[in-house]
Amino acid sequence: MKKIYDILEFLGKIDRRWIFLFVFVFTTLPLALKFKVRVTPTEEVKIAFNYIENLKEGDRVLISIDYDPASMPELQPMLYAILRHLFRKNLKVIMMGHWPLGLPLGKTALEEVAKEYNKKYGEDYVFLGFRPGGSAVMVAMGSEIRNVFAADQYGTPLDSLPVMRDVHNYDDIALLIGLEAGSTGDFWVQFANARFGQEIILGCTAVIAPNLYPYYQAGQIRGIIGGLRGAADYENLVGKLGTGSIGMWVQSAIHILIIIFIIFGNVGYFVLRRRRKRSV
Amino acid sequence: MNFILILFALTANFEVTDYPNDSGDKLNIKIFLSHPDSVISVKVFREEEKELRELEPIKIFPEQKEYLLTDKGIDRGRSYNYILEVETVDGKKIRKIISDVVPKAELFHKKRLNVLVFLIFYSFFLFFYLGKARKGEELFLRKIPGLDAIDEAVGRSTEMGRPVLYILGLGYISDIATLAGLSILGRVAKKVAQYESDIIVPCFDPIVMAAAQEITKQGYMEAGRPDLYKEKNIFFLTQDQFGYAAGVDGIMLREKPGAIFFQGYFYAESLILAETGYSIGAIQIAGTTATTQLPFFIAACDYTLIGEEMFAASAYLTRDPLMVSTIKGEDIAKMVFMGFIVLGTIFGSLPFASNLYNLIMNFLQTF
Amino acid sequence: MKREVPLIITFLSGIIIIIAFFIPLYPFGSYKNFPGLQDRFLQWYNILLGFTLILGIDTLIAYHWKKIKEGSKDAPYSIALIVSIFITLAVGIFSWVKYGDPFKAGSPFMFYYDYIFVPLQSTMFALLAFFIASAAYRAFRARNLEATLLLIAAAFVMIGRVPAGDNILNIYLFGYHITLPKIAAWILDTPNMAVQRGILIGVALGGIAMSLRIILGIEKTYLS
Repeated sequence: MKKIYDILEFLGKIDRRWIFLFVFVFTTLPLALKFKVRVTPTEEVKIAFNYIENLKEGDRVLISIDYDPASMPELQPMLYAILRHLFRKNLKVIMMGHWPLGLPLGKTALEEVAKEYNKKYGEDYVFLGFRPGGSAVMVAMGSEIRNVFAADQYGTPLDSLPVMRDVHNYDDIALLIGLEAGSTGDFWVQFANARFGQEIILGCTAVIAPNLYPYYQAGQIRGIIGGLRGAADYENLVGKLGTGSIGMWVQSAIHILIIIFIIFGNVGYFVLRRRRKRSV
Repeated sequence: MNFILILFALTANFEVTDYPNDSGDKLNIKIFLSHPDSVISVKVFREEEKELRELEPIKIFPEQKEYLLTDKGIDRGRSYNYILEVETVDGKKIRKIISDVVPKAELFHKKRLNVLVFLIFYSFFLFFYLGKARKGEELFLRKIPGLDAIDEAVGRSTEMGRPVLYILGLGYISDIATLAGLSILGRVAKKVAQYESDIIVPCFDPIVMAAAQEITKQGYMEAGRPDLYKEKNIFFLTQDQFGYAAGVDGIMLREKPGAIFFQGYFYAESLILAETGYSIGAIQIAGTTATTQLPFFIAACDYTLIGEEMFAASAYLTRDPLMVSTIKGEDIAKMVFMGFIVLGTIFGSLPFASNLYNLIMNFLQTF
Repeated sequence: MKREVPLIITFLSGIIIIIAFFIPLYPFGSYKNFPGLQDRFLQWYNILLGFTLILGIDTLIAYHWKKIKEGSKDAPYSIALIVSIFITLAVGIFSWVKYGDPFKAGSPFMFYYDYIFVPLQSTMFALLAFFIASAAYRAFRARNLEATLLLIAAAFVMIGRVPAGDNILNIYLFGYHITLPKIAAWILDTPNMAVQRGILIGVALGGIAMSLRIILGIEKTYLS
């Protein structure tokens, strides 16, 4: 009996390196097998999807790339799924960003997906790039986009791009989709939505998704696409599974592993507590 | 050119009004089309020194009867004439003129009245308690364990013969959390100087670094030990998030601080820093306004200052009556707002109070 | 005077921006192409930010150069850092000159970005997976009522948000269809949302009080 209690107590004192090893194995194996998992999309993602689904052909959608390579695994699959949806609906895409190191990721995705749907640069989509200023840029875009972006990333004046001809400020943009890894999404809500009434959907890393529920509940954003699960949900809705769906397999395995370790930890904790009480 | 001026009510009408809450350089043009499906194009011209200047083209939708256009960049106080030109499907061109419209500037942004009311209301409480503090009245602040533990943490670190590591996070000098972190740094630096220990402050931003150097130096001077201050211990690391995390982790593993303070604004690197700090056995005191990172600090650190407990830190540590009074005023204002939330919930739920509820809601709608 | 001048500048800047928020008339608000005071201040701030980067790089290089000169045991890392700074700068400038845009596909800088920067950043972020597992194992113990609630909520959300949790629980209770994903969604939509809003309001009000303290000169600790 003592031996059993010793084992149970040991479960509460596992060296963290064993935990790291198990996490490594449980992450690598499912990734190597590359199963794509079909998921039932969550309500917030469905609402975001339906909002885009109800936009009219030719409507302008502004995508803001506010993440960097660190958050790429969660947000890049989301971006691909969203772009496929937008181009399938023949919506016009305007891409910009507040995180300069993330913009090459956005540009790569935009060009790749545009090619899939035979979209033409300047007519169907445009890449504006980065301007410093954060909230100053957001406020300035409320009066005239050309005050901030006189030309696109390649130096072409906006007036000579058909997709930007009638677009001057948020009034001409049907939807803003912010892909967020930090607090830029809060600023989009505070400035673009609160001041100028811009409709917003936010895609974000899982860690900041809980933060956005107050805005969602208040109607300040039209949907939340949170983390890798959100990306997988969106891929399922769009009908083309990608890395988001592969990640669901991994995420399931890891979450179950963590729950098991938490159970071990609690078992060990209670046995130790019981033993201490008995010895007192 | 041959234009026919006809009775307009059959097809189109327009009005030009002053753009609200601006500096007088805009006018609003509202166009009404009774049968938009019989219209091919709509153009608006502004007459300027006998020349007609066309405003941005208007796209017509078959179901949409009203269109809003804003004419920007015009002169305040100057009189303008506007001409609406509508081309119908049967090839006719119809014109209407509105003369002598003058854009005006507003002295006060009416849509922001709710913000002004809130600001006055909030400031009232702050100044009320400031007045009380000036009269010498003692104001109570509850215990904040994280701040009480500062002395213990620095003392423990000194006993172990290890330096103190102070991390200001990824904020800039304009971030309130960084300013709060800097004010706590002053107190920690003074304590470190009194204990004749070392403090290491790797910074994410050069301006924050400059401020941190001055504050730490001041802390050492206040403790009477300016000779112990080492400027090289407060340095700029990098402005890359994970480069900063990697650098700080390296410092933790090499220098093995006895106490680690995380005070500022953090992003995803918070857990990497906190777990590494835990692995070297340091006592960790965190404080951040980043609600997304609070769970990680709470899980990994010994003490955590949540949200505005950080802002109360300088008042709490110095016990300066003026600073304490602002905390008091803030708390009372918060309680009043909580009361409004409860009232709002009640009014929103009762059917007979819906008019009052809607009135208040309309006033509170943001700008 | 050393403290008084910055305090006066802080007071005036703060008060002007607050007043400018309520007055649309130029110079407080924008007029035609002339930016208002708030926009101007923001522009000046951005310009200053750009120059501080030079200050930062100078401090960084000076700090590590000193370490190299003193021959400290970490000198090799300092050499690696300084060499990396200059190589990155050189590659970026070369790509800019030759390709017109350092981020153009096929440029040396994009190679550097794709094969060095992206993997390094992703790796650091991936460390979080290991650390969250060990932190959860250590911290999620049912020590008291609050810790137990935290543990239960975390478990529901973790399992409810992955496909593995979709079919674990599937019952009807008082006419409601209960599944783990629905429980997880309720936790996020209701208690989480309420708490987040509460903290958000608290932080915002605290921020206003702190800002007023700084503007009025009551809070001076950020000055030397």
